[in-house]
Amino acid sequence: MSNAARPSAVFDGVRKFGITGIFFGRLLLACVRSLARPGLIVAQIFNAGARSLIIIMLSGLFTGMVLGLLGQDVLQRFGAETALGTIAALALLKELGPVLTALLFAGRAGTALTSEIGLMRATDQLTAMEVMAVDPMSYVAAPRFLGGVIAMPLLVAIFNVIGLFGAQLIGVELLGIDRGTFWSQMQSAVSMRDVTEGIVKSVVFGVVVSLIAVNEGYHAEPTAEGVGLATTRTVVASSVLTLLLDYVLTAIFL
Amino acid sequence: MRDAHYAIDGRPIFSGLNVSVRRGLITAVMGPSGTGKTTLLRLITGQLLADRGEVSVFGRDVASLSGREIYAARRRMGMLFQNGALLTDINVFENVAFPVREHTDLPESLIRTLVLTKLEAVGLRGAAQLMPGELSGGMARRVALARAIVMDPEVLLYDEPFVGLDPISLGVILRLIKQMNQALGITSIVVSHDVRELASIADQSYLLSGGCVVASGTPQELERSDSETVHQFMTGGADGPVRFHYPAQDYASQLLGADEG
Repeated sequence: MSNAARPSAVFDGVRKFGITGIFFGRLLLACVRSLARPGLIVAQIFNAGARSLIIIMLSGLFTGMVLGLLGQDVLQRFGAETALGTIAALALLKELGPVLTALLFAGRAGTALTSEIGLMRATDQLTAMEVMAVDPMSYVAAPRFLGGVIAMPLLVAIFNVIGLFGAQLIGVELLGIDRGTFWSQMQSAVSMRDVTEGIVKSVVFGVVVSLIAVNEGYHAEPTAEGVGLATTRTVVASSVLTLLLDYVLTAIFL
Repeated sequence: MRDAHYAIDGRPIFSGLNVSVRRGLITAVMGPSGTGKTTLLRLITGQLLADRGEVSVFGRDVASLSGREIYAARRRMGMLFQNGALLTDINVFENVAFPVREHTDLPESLIRTLVLTKLEAVGLRGAAQLMPGELSGGMARRVALARAIVMDPEVLLYDEPFVGLDPISLGVILRLIKQMNQALGITSIVVSHDVRELASIADQSYLLSGGCVVASGTPQELERSDSETVHQFMTGGADGPVRFHYPAQDYASQLLGADEG
């Protein structure tokens, strides 16, 4: 980076951060107004949530199965394979569930949100709404944001349940760990605080990914290239911020 | 509009624009591409605010209106977009019903009657259940027109309504604009560069060039004008005060000096 370019890059970064902050404020106000249209929010929960179910369930199953396989292999070296249930549950609830779901959600629902809103901008649909005296923030942006925020914790819960089933499938059914030990160890070791950590993470990730997706779409340059770039930025920014915030939240809950 | 100035990124679009639209008439705003005809419509709807000067709508300066008042003014207007700008996730019927559902509490039976009446007016009652993606460009424009008139606006703004239409659709749209003006008394502002079509329906015309009005009057008056700019535009000449070529270095020297790109 040249010396001449540095100040403008910093300026652009700060400016973009400011624009996103103002957009977030406007979005929250629009969310209040959009509560009058519950049908739109439900439709967006379906779009962001139900349509991501297959990919979330498959990923949860395979993640759990890998946990079962690896966990059993590592734990038996210490003669502690009975702790597999605890390890799988803690790993899924506190870390893998929220983080992997957020990353998959950014790739599946986040990109769809950005490109949809960006194309609505490019084809003058948002402008047409403004001219018809309908606020696109309340009609388009807010329901999609709320849909993402509500869908995310539900998807994380499903990811965790399927993940635990996968771990049990490999650990108990395939590798022969005692079923009763698997579940009872998990029950006694996992506390409500662990569950809360996962829920808090899933809500925060839901807000961040949905905000980035809606913001990028809303401010996308109204061209094919602009929408494409905005979609890419959604995935990159969501993924990096998810991992960064994951560290921060983990540190807070320790 | 009185002495309106507007610039995008320091590039002036309007510098001292004066346009007045009389109630109940069809006003044509013509001009070469890039003269800011669409920007003019956006200034009228309050989506853009003039840097200087005054843009008054329904007797009030747009810049002085609050967000709520601008929305109230927009409910009295309808706008037809160049590409239709239909909402792509709902069908034709719901597109036309959209403003009615948003702004009124009319019962479903009345909304149905209203929407079907407007769709009948544009000849697309049979297409009510189609999705926007299944429509041709001309059909989409007609659906957008039905949507623009569904709230019975006082003012209708048309952004390039004739571009890319087949002769039949063009004739229908022209007739509709004229009929709505005569039967319902809707004030119409038509932004276009289709001189011949506009001449057949407009009561008054403005010709924009270089950020201000270079000529105004009835289409017949414009045709008789002595102004070189008006003459060039009305006859479609490449040579004249309005330059066809974007500013560039000398043609021959650019072709010969390949390195200079």
